[in-house]
Amino acid sequence: MNIAAVIEEAELHQGAASTAEEAGPAPKRTVVAYGFWIFLLSDIVMFSALFAGYAVLARATAGGPAGPALFNQTNVALETACLLASSYTCGLMALAIGSRRRGATYLFALITFVLGAAFLALELREFADMIAQGATPQRSAFLSAFFTLVGCHGLHVTAGLIWLAVMMAQVAIKGLRANVERRLICFSLFWHALDIVWVALFTVVYLMGVRP
Amino acid sequence: MTDAHYDRAPGNSSPPTGEEADARSAVGVYTIGLALAVILTATSFWVANTPLLWPPGVALGLIVLAIAQMGVHLVFFLHITTGPDNTNNVLALAFGILIVFLVVAGSLWIMTDLNDSMMMPPELMNLHMQR
Repeated sequence: MNIAAVIEEAELHQGAASTAEEAGPAPKRTVVAYGFWIFLLSDIVMFSALFAGYAVLARATAGGPAGPALFNQTNVALETACLLASSYTCGLMALAIGSRRRGATYLFALITFVLGAAFLALELREFADMIAQGATPQRSAFLSAFFTLVGCHGLHVTAGLIWLAVMMAQVAIKGLRANVERRLICFSLFWHALDIVWVALFTVVYLMGVRP
Repeated sequence: MTDAHYDRAPGNSSPPTGEEADARSAVGVYTIGLALAVILTATSFWVANTPLLWPPGVALGLIVLAIAQMGVHLVFFLHITTGPDNTNNVLALAFGILIVFLVVAGSLWIMTDLNDSMMMPPELMNLHMQR
């Protein structure tokens, strides 16, 4: 049997039992997003180490201020609302990119950016308040772990905001080319992953932390 | 044609077809996800503050709610499914979850065990840990 016949045979079978193996190499878009998915999982593994450190040290307040005195639940609820809403608009942005609507892409990117910036502003205000009360990272092991964990998430959000601004400049200058689109897909994955980390964070740090 | 030709990347809801109806249903998926996430978040905040529940059970309830919400985010925002085109994504995720579980549960287990093995009363031990 020659090669052409084998290929023809394979194509005949494809309709009946089509699997990923028979289809050949995946498109670049899939490979890039899968690679970025692996990076995100490794990032989450890094966060898990910070979470473990926080959980171990949460009671080690060294006579200093503890969670119930420091955490403001209204502030946390506002931060959560901002980040969740920005995750939603980021999803809508991904859909707008998929259907090549440039105006909607800019609009949803702008809303995502504003909500992310609002989250960051609330978090920085909270940090400033805590430090003004003397609850600095060097006060106790609990506060060191708190600022490391929450600050690391805040740094990720900052990086995400810079990335989003750069991507919008690329859309404006280069247009929705294939490589720009791939970067935007990676950005939306990154942003959703940050929201998942925040879910663990507000549960473990804030909601469990305000309980005596 | 079939959908299962290629593996699907995380974040890709469906193969791009450009149909208007598809775009509407994709918005619907994100909206359902948002609604579920809002409900679960609100429940978490309520559980943490209500005096109605048995206090020792609250921590466990909060963990269950958080895991449920992470699941909602994975399914509705990152579009991780159980389909054959998603096997690679799910396997990578499963490995990630295994490592996260080992790191968190292992650290907590070892540290609690260490504290228990120290022949010191808990208050003294806590003081010792604070240095």
